[in-house]
Order: sequence, then structure tokens, then C-alpha cells
Amino acid sequence: MARKIIPIGPYHPLQEEPEFFKLHVDGETVVDIDIEIGYNHRLIEKIAESKSFDQVTFLVERICGICSTSHPFAYVNAIDDLLGVPPPERALYIRTIIGELERIHSHLLWLGLAGHFLGYNTVWMWAWRYREPVLDIFERVTGNRQSYAMMKPGGVRRDMFEEDFPWIKKTLKDLIPKVDMFKGAVMDDPVIHARTEGVGVLTKEDVRQYCAVGPTARASGVAIDVRKDDPYAAYDKVEWKVITHEGGDVYSKLIVRILELYESIDIIVQCLDKMPKGPIDSGIKDIPPGEGIGRHEAPRGEVVHYIMADGGNSPARHKIRAPSYMNIASNKKAVIGETISDAAIILAAVDPCYCCTERMTAVDYKTGKKLMDGQDLVKLSQEKTEKLRGRHNMPPLQ
Amino acid sequence: MKRQAIIENIKVRSGKDLLKFTDRSKNRIYFTINKTILPQIAKYLFNDAKARFSTASGVDTRKAIEILYHFSVDDIGLFISLKVILEKPDPEVESLLPLFKAAEWIEMEMHEMLGVNFKGHENMNHLLLKDDWPEGNYPLRRDK
Repeated sequence: MARKIIPIGPYHPLQEEPEFFKLHVDGETVVDIDIEIGYNHRLIEKIAESKSFDQVTFLVERICGICSTSHPFAYVNAIDDLLGVPPPERALYIRTIIGELERIHSHLLWLGLAGHFLGYNTVWMWAWRYREPVLDIFERVTGNRQSYAMMKPGGVRRDMFEEDFPWIKKTLKDLIPKVDMFKGAVMDDPVIHARTEGVGVLTKEDVRQYCAVGPTARASGVAIDVRKDDPYAAYDKVEWKVITHEGGDVYSKLIVRILELYESIDIIVQCLDKMPKGPIDSGIKDIPPGEGIGRHEAPRGEVVHYIMADGGNSPARHKIRAPSYMNIASNKKAVIGETISDAAIILAAVDPCYCCTERMTAVDYKTGKKLMDGQDLVKLSQEKTEKLRGRHNMPPLQ
Repeated sequence: MKRQAIIENIKVRSGKDLLKFTDRSKNRIYFTINKTILPQIAKYLFNDAKARFSTASGVDTRKAIEILYHFSVDDIGLFISLKVILEKPDPEVESLLPLFKAAEWIEMEMHEMLGVNFKGHENMNHLLLKDDWPEGNYPLRRDK
């Protein structure tokens, strides 16, 4: 059978990070993949050089729409590193809470989309429904449901109020049975096992070669987590554990993300209990010449910000490295040898951006005739789940 | 202690090619080395010290192009930055792609943004900029 190319991407108005995958397929099997990025390159690093240190916090918050606090978090860590002065303790706890709330909503968002791709649309609707209370907490604490503008060099921009704490704790406690339900659904459903176990495997050596980070690495048994390895904010002041799983497949990535939800809830509750009273901002006036490196464990992995200051009011150089930059490249390993119907879930398993897959069209190489589009590919994936459910004598989902 | 051993090893391996060493803090150290020994030191860090390549950042200081290669030794939380200084007008350095795949994209990015040539990189095409971007026009250069 002739080789065909299935392009995935690059644009969709909903996309978090536009990217373009070209799947080279031979029959049903993916034999090669080309990855192209840069479709929405905004030169934020260059723009940062013309903004004041304070403004850069808002600028980098616009890098990502889903984990919007990851970049400001890493950026303020870089400024702290440059100054060598930690912010007030209360600010550290507030930063931690915001970072972990973000992890919860981001993982739930991913879980919902993973469900959709596998044909479990109920999982999709439920996961997003249970994500709403988390956004409500954001709204109460920060005034925003997204792009919270909480981070600030030397502290945080807004204080948290003690009278909100019981409500926040209750809202998070109510989330635990829902996470239990998802955990049970993933672990007990033979079809989810069949669709995800052994699919899109990334070995430890692959993780090392591609220097993958975050849940993508942890699902291959590589226990790296900046929060533990190079503690910042209040992560060394609370009890929690790094979640790993050995499989390296899509199933392991599901498990790691679900189990991380419990840890995040636990971290937030501990932070609320332990948060000391006091100032939230150290009132930085000037940034002296020097270099600073800030890291933050975003929901998708390590974010790195490097700041070079020359004594002026703006960074002389600002280098940003997002986790997907490393993780997306690892798809080259994960997807080759798998079938097209599994490609959607494998490419999505590193949590790059699901919407990318919405704009795919398969074109016959020779005739240029359209064979499939994005919806067809999702349908293909969902049909596979239905077939497997039939084999397990389970009722159809749709 | 692993941290001290890594510092000593890099010092010994670099010899007179170590231009500067800065012990910034418990988790941040910087080495400025001669570009000729970069592959050797990177190899030591990646293969022997089991460091993870985190990223690299290039900057045009007007006099020269400086590249910092950031490595993370995750088990001890140490972040090591190797700085190499590349002479203008034709900055060039060995590619680290033969050592690890993770260098592929970042070297392509530094090539198109700063005009650095990475010797031994098989795919020196555009990563972020469009394919018909004018030749010799580097957005992060500060020549003019």
C-alpha cells in the first residue's frame, strides 16, 4: 500500500499552541512523523526587552491560555534568584496555592479531552463540570477565572482572606470523590485499558534523549519534579510526594495525572492551614545587573525562565522555555509504529494542545483527494473504542 | 558530595579552557568555558553526571554571541549553566545533537534567531520563522 501523509494542524482559533504534525502512514500504521512549530511565534522574548520588569509579568502570563500562571511563576522565581532575596513567607504560600489550583484545573481539562478522544464523552462533560468549582475558587481569590495576575516580582499582587479558607477547603474536599470516580473508571474499565495500555510507549531512555519533562517523564518512571528537586515557593514546607508510573504509555500518563490531583488538593489544604500572617510583597525597587534562572513545575512539566539584567528597567535578555518544547519532540518516538486510530490519543497524551487535532485532513498523495478530516480521525478513534466495548459485551457509548 | 564532585570534574576536564567559574548559590552554578571543549564537558554532564539538558539561551552582547547551555542535575536540584562566547561575525560552535536529541530544536532556534552555525547539526532549517524568511536577517541580533 502506498505511503500517505496525514497532516494535523496547524491552526485553530481554540488552539493553545499551534503545531503541525505530518503523519506518514503506510496502511493503518504510522511510519514517520514530521513536527513543525512556529505558526504563532510572537517573539515574546524580544517584546520582554522593551517592557519594564513589572510589565513582563503580565506579558508572560499571555504565553499560555491554560496554564497562565506557569510562566509568571517561573519569571518571578528568576527575579528572586537574580536578587537572592526570597519574598515574604505569606507570598510563597499564596504562590503555591495558585500554582496547584492551576494544576488541578489543567489536569481535569486534559482528562476530559482524553475521554472525548477515546469516545467517552460523558467523561469529557463531567471532568469539565468538576473543573468549574476550581475556576470559582480562582474567581473568588484572584478576581479572574483565567490569567489571574497574582504573581509579582518580590511577592504576590493580592492577599488571600482567611474567611474564604473554609469554603475553599470544602470545595476542594467535594472534588475528591469525583477524582475517585475518575480513578475507578480508568482503572476498572477494560476498554480504557485496551485503548491506552502499551500504546504510545516512551521508554526511560527516550525520556533521557528527548529530555522530556513533567507527567510525560514521570509516566515513564523518571521521578523528576522541580517542586521536589529544586524547591521554591512553599513546596518544601508541605508534605507531598512525586507521582510516577512505570509503563510509559498513555495509560500511565492518565494515572499520573489523576493521582497528581490528590497531591495538589493536599498541598493547597496544607498551605491554607500553615499560611503565616504578614506582608505579601517585599517592595522591590531596582533590579541590579546580573543573571537569574527561575523554574516552575507547570502542569505539563518544567518551565525555565532565564533573565539577564544590565541595571536598566527592562530585561537585557529573557529566555523562555516551555515544557511542551521538550515533550512534543518526544512524539517522534511515541507515535511511530502505532495505528492512525491511536495517533490522536498518543499525540494528545503529552498534553500539548488537543485542539490541534481538530484541523487535520488526510489527502491522498497522488490524487490530492481528501480522505479524512479532523472529525473523521476522532470518529475513527471513537469507533475503535466502540468495537472493543462490543467485544467486552458492554453497551455502546453513543 | 555530588555537587562538589561535579564542580571538580568540570574544572579538571576544562583545565586552562575554563575561563570563569561562578558559584551563585546552592542550586545555581555557572561556568564560562572555551567553545572547543563544549562537546566534551556536555558529554561529561549528560553521560556521567546524568544531567538533563534543560535548554540553551543565546544572547547578542554586541561584542559577541554568548550561549548558555543549561543542565539540570535533578537528584540534587543543581542547575548548571555552561557559557560559551562565540566571535562575530560568523559565530560557530559544535552541535550537541549527536549527544542528545533534545538539542535539535533549540539549536535550530538559535540558528535562525542569532545566526549561530552549529557544526554537525543535520537539519539547520527554520523552526519558528517561516521558510522564506530573508537570508542573513536575525531577529535577536543587535548589530544595527
